[in-house]
Amino acid sequence: MSDISVSDHSYEANMGDYFALLKPRVMSLVVFTALVGLLVSPVPVHPFIGFVAILCIAVGAGASGALNMWWDADIDARMKRTAGRPIPSGRVAPGEALGIGMALSGFAIVLLALATNFLAAFLLTFTIFFYAVVYSMWLKRATPQNIVIGGAAGAFPPMIGWAVATGGVSIESVLMFALIFMWTPPHFWALALFVKSDYGNAGVPMLTETHGRDATRKHVIVYTLLLVPVAIGLGFTSIGGPVYLAVAVWMNAWFLKGAYDIWRRTDADCEADKHRVEIKVFKVSLYYLFSHFGALLIEAALRLYGIGGWS
Amino acid sequence: MTLRVEHELHERRKGRNYGLGLILAGFIAIVFGLTVVKVLQLGDTAEFERFDHVARPQIIPEEGAGE
Repeated sequence: MSDISVSDHSYEANMGDYFALLKPRVMSLVVFTALVGLLVSPVPVHPFIGFVAILCIAVGAGASGALNMWWDADIDARMKRTAGRPIPSGRVAPGEALGIGMALSGFAIVLLALATNFLAAFLLTFTIFFYAVVYSMWLKRATPQNIVIGGAAGAFPPMIGWAVATGGVSIESVLMFALIFMWTPPHFWALALFVKSDYGNAGVPMLTETHGRDATRKHVIVYTLLLVPVAIGLGFTSIGGPVYLAVAVWMNAWFLKGAYDIWRRTDADCEADKHRVEIKVFKVSLYYLFSHFGALLIEAALRLYGIGGWS
Repeated sequence: MTLRVEHELHERRKGRNYGLGLILAGFIAIVFGLTVVKVLQLGDTAEFERFDHVARPQIIPEEGAGE
């Protein structure tokens, strides 16, 4: 590339634009859940190795975000919420996003393998593959159930954190995975019920548009019912305990009540109170995930003093 | 000869270059830190020495025993 063609660009991407490619808000949830997965495991990890592992998981998640933005640039350009992203707004070239996504994926996976173990690195590889290929390239444009199966990508981080410490997979890490996996659909569909989306214009099938809002309400209650035994069951494993169980029972009752309220409503009710219930349930769903993982962390802290868990 | 940056491209990309510099410095710090932690975790001087890529028979108990 000659200097002239470089100088012709009216805008030069800065570090902030590249950072935005990594979806920092998604990354923060990944860091939190992966950290909990790592800290609640029975095997202690050196703090520096733990720090590097979490960094690798965060960078890997960010890299899959960049790959998603590269692939979905055409969809993003057609939706108001995403039109300002670095690629559709012209701040970052698609090829750059692909390069950054691939390079960071490679760095994160290799470094995680060297710093911790191959299972953790394999799980991170699978997570990136799942989000970039299975969700972004395949499911997202193919089925309104995209969010259900695609949610697995967001559910892997605590499992990776656990694998970093223990080098294995166990019932505890599978249930932490299942908790996020089952939580994603009701959380997302509660949002879809009150946000005016333009997914239809972009050709992305969303349950609210393909099957209607009543069907979406039914899906919310069914997935919430399926979520409850997973969340409560985690309380009876080695990482659970009375504190977790108390939090889980309270939060599940609250979330279930909200899902029930949504199920009983009609479009007229929603219009009348401007989606008050849906907005409330969406907020509860955020507290729900945070409090479950927070309670696991409290149990782990109590165990340090010999008072956590069931023993 | 002194090096002088004259092209406006350098000025325009200053933030990016500093950012990348910081990332690379961080990467070096991580690799160095990991090396220190991993070596210290071995917990035994003889194990440390095995990181030296030179054959040292005297640190292998069976071979060093006869000397």
